[in-house]
Amino acid sequence: MLSSIQTYLKPHLKDAKALNIQEKCEHQLHIQTGKVMVSKWYDVDYEMSDVALSDFANQCLRNEISKEVLTNTLFDSPDYKSLIAVAQLPGVTDDEGTSAQMALADFLNADIDLKVQHIYTQTLYYFENNLSESDMQKIAHNFLGNPLIHHFQYITKSSSSFNYAPYVPKVSLHTDETVEIINLNLTDLQLEQLSDTKVLALNLEEMHAIRNYFDRSDIKAQRSVLGLSLQPTDIELEVFAQTWSEHCKHKEFNAEIQYVNKTTGEQKTINSLFKTHIKGSTDVIKQHLEKNQNNWLVKVFNDNAGLVKVNENQLFAWKVETHNSPSALDPYGGAITGILGVNRDIMGTGIGGAELLFNTNVLCFGSPNYEKPLLKGQIHPRRIMDGVVEGIEDGGNKSGIPTVNGSVVFDDRFAGKPLVFCGTGGILPMQYNGKNAWEKPIDIGDRIIMAGGRVGKDGIHGATFSSTEINEHSPMSAVQIGSPITQKKLSDFMRIAAQKGLIKSSTDNGAGGLSSSIGELAETTHGALIHLEKVPLKYAGLKPWEIFVSESQERMTLVVEPENLNAFMLLATHYEVEATEIGEFTNSGYLDVRYKGKIINYIELDFLHNGVPQRKMPAEWEVPILHEPTHIKIENYNTILLRLMQSLNICSRENIIRKYDHEVKGKSIIKPLMGDKGQSPQDAAVMRTGHDSFEGLAISNGIMPKFGDIDAYEMSCGAFDEAVRQIIAVGGKLPNTQVNDGIFWTVNDNFCVPDSYYHSEKNPDGKEKLAKLVQMCDGLYDMATFFDIPMTSGKDSMKNDFKAEGVKISVPPTILYSMVSKLDDVRNVVTSDFKTVGDWVYQIGETYDELGASEFYKLYGELGANVPKVRKEQAKDLYLKIMKANEMQLIASAHDLSEGGLAVALAECVLGTDLGVQIDLNALGNTTDAVKLFAESHSRLVVSVKPQNSKAFEAIMENRCFKLGQVIKEPVFEVTSNGNKRIQIETKTLNNSWRNGLV
Amino acid sequence: MVKSLIITGFGINCEVELGAAYHNAGASFHIAHFNDVLDGTVQLQDFDILNFPGGFSFGDDIASGKVMSNKIKFKKMQNGFTFMEEIDRFLKDGKFILGICNGFQMLVQLGLLPDIQGDFTPETSLEKNDSGKFEDRWVHVKVNPKVQTPFLKNLDLLDLPVRHGEGKLVIKDKHLQKLIIEHELIALQYADIEGQVTGQYPLNPNGADLNIAGLVNKTGQVFGLMPHPEAFLSFYNHPNWSVLKANGKALERHQTGQVIFDNIVQFLERN
Repeated sequence: MLSSIQTYLKPHLKDAKALNIQEKCEHQLHIQTGKVMVSKWYDVDYEMSDVALSDFANQCLRNEISKEVLTNTLFDSPDYKSLIAVAQLPGVTDDEGTSAQMALADFLNADIDLKVQHIYTQTLYYFENNLSESDMQKIAHNFLGNPLIHHFQYITKSSSSFNYAPYVPKVSLHTDETVEIINLNLTDLQLEQLSDTKVLALNLEEMHAIRNYFDRSDIKAQRSVLGLSLQPTDIELEVFAQTWSEHCKHKEFNAEIQYVNKTTGEQKTINSLFKTHIKGSTDVIKQHLEKNQNNWLVKVFNDNAGLVKVNENQLFAWKVETHNSPSALDPYGGAITGILGVNRDIMGTGIGGAELLFNTNVLCFGSPNYEKPLLKGQIHPRRIMDGVVEGIEDGGNKSGIPTVNGSVVFDDRFAGKPLVFCGTGGILPMQYNGKNAWEKPIDIGDRIIMAGGRVGKDGIHGATFSSTEINEHSPMSAVQIGSPITQKKLSDFMRIAAQKGLIKSSTDNGAGGLSSSIGELAETTHGALIHLEKVPLKYAGLKPWEIFVSESQERMTLVVEPENLNAFMLLATHYEVEATEIGEFTNSGYLDVRYKGKIINYIELDFLHNGVPQRKMPAEWEVPILHEPTHIKIENYNTILLRLMQSLNICSRENIIRKYDHEVKGKSIIKPLMGDKGQSPQDAAVMRTGHDSFEGLAISNGIMPKFGDIDAYEMSCGAFDEAVRQIIAVGGKLPNTQVNDGIFWTVNDNFCVPDSYYHSEKNPDGKEKLAKLVQMCDGLYDMATFFDIPMTSGKDSMKNDFKAEGVKISVPPTILYSMVSKLDDVRNVVTSDFKTVGDWVYQIGETYDELGASEFYKLYGELGANVPKVRKEQAKDLYLKIMKANEMQLIASAHDLSEGGLAVALAECVLGTDLGVQIDLNALGNTTDAVKLFAESHSRLVVSVKPQNSKAFEAIMENRCFKLGQVIKEPVFEVTSNGNKRIQIETKTLNNSWRNGLV
Repeated sequence: MVKSLIITGFGINCEVELGAAYHNAGASFHIAHFNDVLDGTVQLQDFDILNFPGGFSFGDDIASGKVMSNKIKFKKMQNGFTFMEEIDRFLKDGKFILGICNGFQMLVQLGLLPDIQGDFTPETSLEKNDSGKFEDRWVHVKVNPKVQTPFLKNLDLLDLPVRHGEGKLVIKDKHLQKLIIEHELIALQYADIEGQVTGQYPLNPNGADLNIAGLVNKTGQVFGLMPHPEAFLSFYNHPNWSVLKANGKALERHQTGQVIFDNIVQFLERN
């Protein structure tokens, strides 16, 4: 029998959520809803008496001070005339229902199976006014949920009461053990269609390779002996598709590229950008480092995260992932699973069980004020932004991991597919009970354990789906909602189990699910045997292949030695983590998957991992002809500066930052916003690694896709420099400047590009896009090897296009560098805000005539031609000088110059304080005031220095510093040039403009 | 040595820094999964102070702290008692309880705070912030000069971070409000930088009744607060540390969140 419980806030209490909905309906949708009431509804599918139900409702679900409760009745009142009920669709995570079940089990002291859903929650929204169904649908789809994961009911009052029958998303499917045989003896066209309809994302050549494998006589003979079909089973084809997906195999980064520069005539062949540029640069750097006994690079590229040495006892793991496609379909779900997913990368590095230290997020959206009509399936950028931010908030906050650093970039080319970069850093001990924690040993006979969540139909085809563009027909099963509480329990358990020596190795279940995680681990022993019927399911009805490739969240694959199995399982039970033995590692050479004893998948591991044909891709480049604008004349510098301060790419991110817990763990030293009012924006984040020492980390990111519109190489170099100079600004040190200095740097490169695979009709500018990718990689190689700052892990996302109604929205080619470096003593770091009246203010580093793609030009709708260039020798010289000045603690504040140039950087140094600053531009030489104030030349900082330190400071900086003026008591921002007052604005006014840009 | 028990598990997440706070104060600490308490591996009576740290127990589902407090109230332990019954005995033995953020929410749900009637009936509740959102920001809290609890000895004004979405203290009715004031159970109130109690947002970040940031019970043994003293163990955690330091105004240990732990540990050492 199904019973119901409803709770709602006592009417005299303020309901901020309801008021917020009312306000958004009015302002964003122009719908007058009248008063709104929000209420929670529980459907209870568990046999109990009315008295027990009422007791449970009153004692466990109700907060008697603030809430009213009803059982088996719907709240109704003449005050409300419309009702929207929002439930989850079948199979979508319902954490609140699960928590209510836990409460019920504790309340009754009954042994209730908590893995099965007995309580389903939904939210009921009451509206005072009589709303049309179409208005209710608008409200629901904009603010209350997403039709891909939610069920909506719209009810208007026809008589005196609401006619409401609750929708219960019970999954009622029957066991389905079907294994289909897929015939590959098809025409090329049919093979391509097969790949499309099954979302395999395999091209013709790859389909041929698979067909050829099954045509091999040795394979045929062996399959006959085993009683397997000669043609592949559905699960086998799926395993190939997952393992060979762009997402997992990085086929474009491993492709052979023919690069032609049509302007210079230069031609070159690149055999795998990954090998030559990414890993290639790290190999070179490793040699440079080891020459100086800087041996902190422990593990790069071949685990879930790169590992570097913090000190004799600790390793640091660092990974940044993208979750763009899921976030385009369901922003909240996409972002929360992005964060939880990258957390699992760290949890599954080396032996596993790392402490998760911090999260980062870098987000690229279309303008929240986007006004173009939305295409079918496209979600408005503001909704995407709100949903993504909420997902990162819940993913980090509910896991107790501080979100310490981030960026938001706005450009309408992200209005189709947003970019959502999620990063996590973690600490592993150097050893667990004498075993090296960075290694991943597996021996024959070791057991395969799946731990954490169960498997459902959610997240099937995530890996292959993200390897194609998004269109109107994108599979809904790719959308899923994360459960931070399930994962928190799992990560708590893994830390303890690893410390007790019960886990031998681990990896996460991300893209491709079990097929990928086990497939990869099986390479160590050269074989694995899996019994799929042992895998615990959320509900019946999954076919064997679906079980194997499902990307249901919060799951790890763990390796446990047989003699530890018992102790391991007992510990898991104690921590309320579901763990199941599903197979063992072998040396058969095959990925042997069985269902109830019958072999359904038998693929040679060597072929699975090495058989994918190398792609060949053409790249072609012609230097574009661009011009500097000539008509720009500045009437009023004050107006320009205020417009810049509130422009989308410069204005305050406080509304986002404060939603993220950036201080949990109590290790935060430089927060995103500092000062007595908490309004001074900072560069890199700084945190301690532990409570027992002042060793710490600086965390930064560099991303500037706009410069790629002029020059992708310089864009890549600029983004790299931005991340470096932010760490230098807070007092970080370049690596490898001394023998065995122990200063590690660890970088994740994340490429997000539009489809760069040339096709004469579908992608006519593919060659040019690929050329930009090559140029970005050239920039990476040049910068990394010059500074000895290595990539240790990374990720590429190669299909960032949104297609619908014949329109394609492609992202600009984008690279994000996420950097972490070690700090000896966090007490000596430098923040960006001005400190004391009378301190001297300097620009360090030179400004060039480089207004190309600047925020200043953007105000006039211009791109320009003079892109900022990184002069790396000069940059390094400057950074070494800053390091020296910081060693003597001569710098009182330092802030990097980026969007908006000098004017904006100076403004940011005062706007969170009660101080002012007086500047004279003459010190900067002969260029125009516009260039001096607004050019975005790289490798520059604004610093302030106490008067008594200025002499020593200038001596160190030699000719690289320019004395601009002084910090003053009057809260005014003043700039003069050749005796003319250019800017005069009160600090408060700057602050207001800056804080009102993104509301 | 003073012994401190710190409960964790099910989404609680501030246990490590809380342990560091007790360690700094010279106490020993034990971080125990709540199931270790339920199955008797860890015995409450072996400790001097029981701590419920911050976090998101059960993801704040239903209401913050609710599912965990149900467990404490109803779930039978190995020995046949509920943990609530153990807590009752613990308090009768004259021992102490601290709840921070999510832990404070649990203490309020359990009726341990303010407990004017003395029968653990809930009298207050921590509700969604008036802003409608989770916020991480620093606040100034004024210590009630008349409050009777060793946790807050000799304290006047502290800067602390708040990090919550449900921190608005709601008192059942006017009568109870009066009693809370009369009994001096208000421990901390949101204030401006001068120490003037205020309801102005964001100085009061959530719209709490009487601007209350923390409560004690009548005996001063139970103390709960929304802000996080355990996230301010070092002067360098303060958002304005670099400006203060540059101007020769670095804060002393007794001006950081560490002081609350120093106070209780010193009190327990003496008694």
